Amino acid sequence: MIPQDLKYTKSHEYVRFSGDEATIGITNFAADQLGDVVFVELPEVGRVLKKGESFGVIESVKAVSDLYSPIGGTVVAINESLNDEPSMINEDSFGEGWIIKLQPANLEDAADALNPEQYQALIGA
Amino acid sequence: MSNPTAAETLKKTPLHGAHVALGARMVPFGGWDMPVQYSGIIEEHHAVRKAVGLFDVSHMGEFYVSGEGAAAFLARMVPGDVLNLPVGKCLYTQFTRPTGGVVDDTIICRFADRYLLVVNASNIDKDWAWLSEHKPFDVTLENYSPETAMIALQGPLAETVMREAATPGLAELPFFGIALGKIFGVDVAVSRTGYTGEDGFEIYMPNAYAERLWHGFLATGESYGIRPAGLGARDTLRLEAGLPLYGHELNDETTPIESGFGWTVKSEADYLGKDVIARQKAEGPSKKLVGLTMQGKQIAREGYPVFLGDRQVGTVASGAPSPTIGAPIATAFVEADAATMGGTLEVEIRGKRFPATVGRTAFYKRSKN
Repeated sequence: MIPQDLKYTKSHEYVRFSGDEATIGITNFAADQLGDVVFVELPEVGRVLKKGESFGVIESVKAVSDLYSPIGGTVVAINESLNDEPSMINEDSFGEGWIIKLQPANLEDAADALNPEQYQALIGA
Repeated sequence: MSNPTAAETLKKTPLHGAHVALGARMVPFGGWDMPVQYSGIIEEHHAVRKAVGLFDVSHMGEFYVSGEGAAAFLARMVPGDVLNLPVGKCLYTQFTRPTGGVVDDTIICRFADRYLLVVNASNIDKDWAWLSEHKPFDVTLENYSPETAMIALQGPLAETVMREAATPGLAELPFFGIALGKIFGVDVAVSRTGYTGEDGFEIYMPNAYAERLWHGFLATGESYGIRPAGLGARDTLRLEAGLPLYGHELNDETTPIESGFGWTVKSEADYLGKDVIARQKAEGPSKKLVGLTMQGKQIAREGYPVFLGDRQVGTVASGAPSPTIGAPIATAFVEADAATMGGTLEVEIRGKRFPATVGRTAFYKRSKN
C-alpha cells in the first residue's frame, strides 16, 4: 500500500528521489482522508522553497489544506494536468497525481523525514 | 498537508453502527459523530439529483408544542403564517428575536392535537431555552429529540421507493404535507420535505426502529440506484438549491429579509421583531444575501472578503464546488447597492481577487414533471 522507496512527512507529503530530481506529492492515505480533490494551487516553476515551506494548496469539496515541502529546493516542474484533472490525486497520488518536482538544495534535508515503516505507524494502517 | 483535528466526546445516532459498517468517514458536526461521506461527496450528490439518496438526520431536534395557547404562542415566535397552517401541512419559518435576528430556522408541522417543530442539531439547547423562556402557562413544550430518529429519502425516485415501502397515502403526500403511517411495518410520521432541492420525504420514528427503516430503504431502493449520502453531499445539495444553513446564511444578527427569506415572512400577528422585519420588507434591507458563481476554478469559502472595485462590500457565507453546475458557487452577504443581478464582484482568495457573477441564491431548480 505504501511505496517502500519514498520518504514521508507527518503532514502526509511524500518525496521520491530519482537522479538529481525530487518528486513531491501527497500520500494515498491523505487523498482518501480529503475525499474528492477538486482544486490544486500550484507554485511557479523557478520558485525557491525552504524545507517545510508551504508551496501550494489542495482543496476537496469540504476542506482547504496547505501543502508543505519536505525538503528545500527549486521548483523545476509542476503537474499542470492537475489544473484540469485534480482527481488524479485521488486516483494515483503516488504516480500520475504527483504535484511538483524540485531540484534539491541540500540532500541532508530529508534526513529526518519518516521512512515507510514510521509513516505506516503514523497512519495506523 | 494540514492534519485533521481529534474528535471530542460526541453523541451518536441510532444509525452510527450502520454508518461505520458502510465504511463512512465520520466527522464531528454540532456535537454529533456524523457521516460526512460514504463513497464520495460528488457521487452521492449526483445520486440524489439523478436517482435517490438516503440520509441519517437523527441529530436534528424535534419539539412538540401543544395546549390551548399553542397556536398563539407560535404566532408570537415566528414570522411565518402559523395561524393559517392547516392540519397535515408544514411551514418553513424562523424563530426571531425582538431585533429581527434569527435564533434558528425550523419546519413547523401541524397535527390535529399538536405541532411538531424540527430544529437544527447544533441549536437544540438554544431553541429549547428560547421557547421555554417565552412559553405561556397554557402551552406544553416537549423535547423528543433524544428518542427520535429521522431519515431523509431524497431524489426524483424517492416517491417510487416510498410507494414500495409505505402504507398507502404516504407516497402521495403533497409538497410540505405530513401524515402518520407505516413503513416496513413501523409506525412513523412522514413529511414531504427535505434539504436537497429534490422531491423527497423526511421520516420520524423512535430510535429503536431506525435501523429497520435504514436497511429497508437501502434494500428496496437498490434497483433504483439508492445511495447512502452524508453531510458533505447534504451541504452541496442545499447550497445549490438556495436552502440556508444556520450560522452561515442565517444568524442572530441578521434578519430573514437580509437573508433573502422575505417570502417566508407572511404573518399578520404580533411576532417578535415584527417592527424591524416589516420595515425592512417594505423599504429593503441595507445588506443582502446573493449567489456568486465563480468565473474561474478558485473556490470561495466561508469568511472570504468580497470586493466591488477597491471597496470590501461583503463576506462569503457558504462556498463549495457545485457538482451539478460544474463551477464553484457561494452565497455572500453584500451591501445592497453591490447586489446587482448579473454584475461582477471579486472574492479575495489567499490574497488574490477572482471574479464572480452575482445571481440568485437558488443556483439549481429541479424540473417539475
